Amino acid sequence: MKYSYYPGCSLERNAAAYNVSTLATAAPLGLELAELDDWNCCGATEYISLNLTASFALIARNLAIASKEKGRAGLVAPCSACYLNLRKCDKYMAESSKLSGKVNTALAEGGLAYKPGTVKVRHLLDVIVNDIGYDAVASKVTRPLSGLKVAPYYGCMIVRPEFNGEGSSFDDPEQPVTLDRLLKALGAEVVPFPMKAQCCGGHMTQISDSSAFDMIRRLIKGAADNGADTIVTLCPMCQLNLDAYQGGMNAHYKTDYKMPVLYFTQLMGLAFGMDASRLGFGSELVDARPALAKIGVETPPPPEPPKKSKRDDKSLPMPKMIAETAIHAGTTIPADSSQTSAR
Amino acid sequence: MSSLQTQARAPTFFDEVVASTPGECHLDQCIQCGTCGGSCPSGADMDHTPRAIFQMIRAGLKEDVFKSNTPWFCVSCYYCTVRCPQEVHITDIMYSVKRMSVKEKGYDDSTAPDFSKTFINWVENFGRSFELGLASMHMIRHNPFGVFKIAGMGVGMVTKGRMAFTPTRIKGMNELKAILTKAKELEVAE
Repeated sequence: MKYSYYPGCSLERNAAAYNVSTLATAAPLGLELAELDDWNCCGATEYISLNLTASFALIARNLAIASKEKGRAGLVAPCSACYLNLRKCDKYMAESSKLSGKVNTALAEGGLAYKPGTVKVRHLLDVIVNDIGYDAVASKVTRPLSGLKVAPYYGCMIVRPEFNGEGSSFDDPEQPVTLDRLLKALGAEVVPFPMKAQCCGGHMTQISDSSAFDMIRRLIKGAADNGADTIVTLCPMCQLNLDAYQGGMNAHYKTDYKMPVLYFTQLMGLAFGMDASRLGFGSELVDARPALAKIGVETPPPPEPPKKSKRDDKSLPMPKMIAETAIHAGTTIPADSSQTSAR
Repeated sequence: MSSLQTQARAPTFFDEVVASTPGECHLDQCIQCGTCGGSCPSGADMDHTPRAIFQMIRAGLKEDVFKSNTPWFCVSCYYCTVRCPQEVHITDIMYSVKRMSVKEKGYDDSTAPDFSKTFINWVENFGRSFELGLASMHMIRHNPFGVFKIAGMGVGMVTKGRMAFTPTRIKGMNELKAILTKAKELEVAE
């Protein structure tokens, strides 16, 4: 089936691993993803905080371009925020003729028009589990992810809100299961993860990091306490917050979590027997190699932390800890120093 | 709402919030149960819970609502929205309060509004967002010493090729600018 593909800004760079693994796994699934022509940013959660009409016009430009592309089964967004914004724009334009009129007056300035309801907006996960199906996915598995314990993380914007009332979303808004079932079809062991639909903190890392770290900690701890080897996500914002800010969160709480955060498309590619180098592995900041070693996959190492300049011996003498002095003197330190003084 | 609108009087703060929220937001249906605040992942950091904000809107406490950090701590996760027994579109109302407080410059702390403005500045000029430009410009303005705290992470993002040094510009930038300019005119005209 052929779909218009709206990668979104994150997948161009910070979430490039999601993009390459999506495109790599689409082929064996018979999924044709044609990138939407000259798409623009969806405005994330920022534009609508400042200007309502302009934020909808920004989103609607993409819908207008998509509505001109014929023979497509829908517009697929792999990013949860893009998916939500595109649907939100379509929904409110359909509900309010006043808003729809204004947006179309603005679109006309760029030679475009959009009739609400003409483009079917889908999330990548929805398309894979409902259009392709679990059985079709399972039939492509050549390297089952047996022994890999995964925490399926949905985040918020894929299952919420239910724009057209209860049951209108493709999965449950509080206890979703589609990703669980997909990962099981790949042979992975899905651990219980009650935090699966909680927020990653979104843009709070930029506005109030203590608030963001609190949300990140709950998620990482939740996955670790349930024995997960890795968190599996479907959203670039979730991946960025849990992966890139995990170090900051550890420093903030004096913890030492090392929970890798991978995209479901990356694991799907591995299960299909694809080489890790084709799936964007190695761009994660929290080392995923120990987790992947469990299924016999080797991936490139994560980046080296910046080296601290070593103080050379010619600098001013510094007081040394007992243990350090003892090591330099070539002596061994008794396991319990109180015993030593007692003797 | 319709019963209120039939009365001949100047629009209240409550009316203004409802009018600037797209669709049927059901704010008049709030029963003050507090399910929203209880479901909120960042509720502990808010100076008023969403429930309290709604009652403050009803009471016409415009200045206090604008000064509140509540809408800016909303992470747009829609948990409250799906749980609200009265189907109040809470997240959308938070966005309305943000827009109104920016318009009237009523907010207390400019960190979050400025973040939105910086983000939008890239989008309005390139058509796509630009993470490195956004993060660095925002940090220089609001948290210059924070650069040292996240230096390791930043180096990691760059060495892993996850940060672009230049933004991408869409082909139809002139058309997009024309669209957004017109949309802003229409917003003000209301």
